[in-house]
Amino acid sequence: MKVAVLKGGRSLERGVSLRSGARVEDALERLGHEVLAIDVGPDLVKQLGGERPDVAFVAMHGVGGEDGTAQELLEILGIPFTGPAAAACARCMDKSAAKHAMRAAGVPTPDWFAFNQAAFRELGAADALGELERSLGFPLVVKPSRGGSSLGVKFAGAAAEVPQALVSAFSYDDRVLLERFVDGRELAVSVLGDEALPVVEAVPTEGDRYDFEARYEIGRTRFVSPAELGEGERQQVVEAALATYRALGCTGFARVDLILAADGPWVLEANAIPGLTDTSLLPQAAEAAGMSFEALVERIVELAPKPAAA
Amino acid sequence: MSEVPQPPHRRRAHTSTRDLERYADLFASRTKVMRSSAMRDLMAITARPEVISLAGGLPDTSTFPAKSFAAQMTRIAQESAAEALQYGPTEGFEETKDCILEVMAAQGMLPDPEDVIVTTGGQQAIDLVAKTLVDPGDVVICEAPTYPGAVPVFCSYEAEVIQVECDADGMRIDELETLLERLRGEGRRPKFIYSVPTFQNPAGVTMSFERRARLVELARMHELLVVEDSPYGLLRYSGEALPSLYQLDGGDFVIYLGTFSKILSPGIRLGWAVAPPPVMEKIILGKQAADLCSSTLTQYFVREYFAEGRWRQYIEDLVELYRRRRDTMLAALREHFPAEATWTEPEGGLFIWATLPEYIDTGDLLAKALRADVAFVPGQAAYVDERGKSSMRLNFSGVDEDEIREGIRRIGKTIAEQVELYGALTGERSIPVPRPEQEAEGGENVVPFRKAGEGAA
Repeated sequence: MKVAVLKGGRSLERGVSLRSGARVEDALERLGHEVLAIDVGPDLVKQLGGERPDVAFVAMHGVGGEDGTAQELLEILGIPFTGPAAAACARCMDKSAAKHAMRAAGVPTPDWFAFNQAAFRELGAADALGELERSLGFPLVVKPSRGGSSLGVKFAGAAAEVPQALVSAFSYDDRVLLERFVDGRELAVSVLGDEALPVVEAVPTEGDRYDFEARYEIGRTRFVSPAELGEGERQQVVEAALATYRALGCTGFARVDLILAADGPWVLEANAIPGLTDTSLLPQAAEAAGMSFEALVERIVELAPKPAAA
Repeated sequence: MSEVPQPPHRRRAHTSTRDLERYADLFASRTKVMRSSAMRDLMAITARPEVISLAGGLPDTSTFPAKSFAAQMTRIAQESAAEALQYGPTEGFEETKDCILEVMAAQGMLPDPEDVIVTTGGQQAIDLVAKTLVDPGDVVICEAPTYPGAVPVFCSYEAEVIQVECDADGMRIDELETLLERLRGEGRRPKFIYSVPTFQNPAGVTMSFERRARLVELARMHELLVVEDSPYGLLRYSGEALPSLYQLDGGDFVIYLGTFSKILSPGIRLGWAVAPPPVMEKIILGKQAADLCSSTLTQYFVREYFAEGRWRQYIEDLVELYRRRRDTMLAALREHFPAEATWTEPEGGLFIWATLPEYIDTGDLLAKALRADVAFVPGQAAYVDERGKSSMRLNFSGVDEDEIREGIRRIGKTIAEQVELYGALTGERSIPVPRPEQEAEGGENVVPFRKAGEGAA
């Protein structure tokens, strides 16, 4: 098969995406596919139109690639692609929209409030902050509504820290979330097809867990896969993840991040195009299920919808 | 021969997390000193062609006369191909050292050629000095902020890096004295003090004469070395030249580092170190282990280039070019940066250091600026601790004047939006600038980096 690997682009997560893409290309070549590597830019449509790949493997992360933009184009061009459809990508990318969908489906997600910059600039939303802070309690988490990895995510331990955290979060998106902080174990459930892969736990090895940047650094976070969970706990966690996956309309694959607190699992978000680098969680989960990276890539390609007409 | 199994085409070594963990167990503990990968990824985007990057530290090589470059390389190929393609002496060719002595003489220094070693860029000179002097756990003192590229070097030898605050007159020597006393009390002696006293990277400031004299005096008193890194000394655009630490000290306790990168080309990868003979002996051994010798080919090029006798003219041209760019950036800063911002007014070098209100994190600001296709270096890169989060380094040598104006305009707009937003969030339309140093105004030692417009030449 001729597989186009879409990677890079203008997203802030370009670097991760290039690493994901390179690894996928390598696997596809080993699997005997014809690989067309595309660093996504203004000539994307021309390139896809000229080459007419059988399927596009979307290995883009962050705004522009994971938010449905590239997927919409692929839908218009009639090229089957891996991962969730454009609408599901857009829902996953916007944390606020995703949380509304979770709530509607009865999936537990921490309380939150979402704001546009305009609300603060033009509508005096700052006057409501005190009320919200009382309702959410401290510490609370401030994050850009759209954006991946840990960029712009800050903890505010007190009211005085909230404005600064908001300024940071608004650097990444025009919409931000204030979210109740849930203390517990950090888990990731990767879903492939309609099945949950083994749960992976991220355990910070040093420093404090309020340091989001530490999470994705080798040596500063240890990943346990499969996570050590009681059967009851595991089922709860997996059910919450699968319910999230369905609620957001995901197909193909996705990764659901959640916190396992004393009172059960709380879903934070779903990633439509989870990372596929050496240290990413989806490949680790697949490995824990006895699936090599090649087998994972092959399965992801198989799950891409078939072209409507030959 | 043909039976040797070939690795498959384009094989990537690690294929699973477990493999990666296997390697991880093999890594030396010094490899753990790595910067945030998210920030590394952000910096990677600054290289995109549509981005006006004020983030680089690049000299402008576009003005180097290509014709003369071609002529010199041709002459080398015709007359000295065999030698220029051969290994050379570890400490460098005598002829290269002659060129180095010319450059140093132009700044009033006359070292013994025996005390000079040719290195692969100034960066290797820093590495060799650290390799020679630092044991794990040793204290290395440097400026705050310091050259971001020096920190990983010191960390890779597992030094404990302690930073001493800088102001408009360079490193705060009073703070340094306090630190030295404290360390003495703890029974620790720092191995060396790393300083870029002239047109500092990243702050753009120059250490005053009084502080230079005192620093050298302290080094003698405490019998410790000062590493004077001086890549930009000849790139002065205004003000009076000051004697180097090396000159003031005579070379007993000062190791001097120089480079051809900023006065000729970084691509030739040639720099040098000048050190007292016993230290030099060890540095040469370290150099031998590292790479045997620096490029003979580019050493030949330097020889030809200096023989042509136009190197001073080229520097004068560069000074002219960079002075205009510096002035353009300063004017643009005054026009486009909000009143809450301060910045340094360098008399030379390549960088301006700007400091914003403390509620602005320049790492996050960079993400926003990149959406407007403009980049700078977030200040935190120049610190080993949490300081510098509201500062940024701006380079004015690597982009033309139009780009400087447009780049600063875009950054200024981005900052103004943050300032306005913070005002809306806190209910204060105009936020007083938090500058606790102001309390001590009048005491010249405690004036922070020069405020826009103040004391400008």
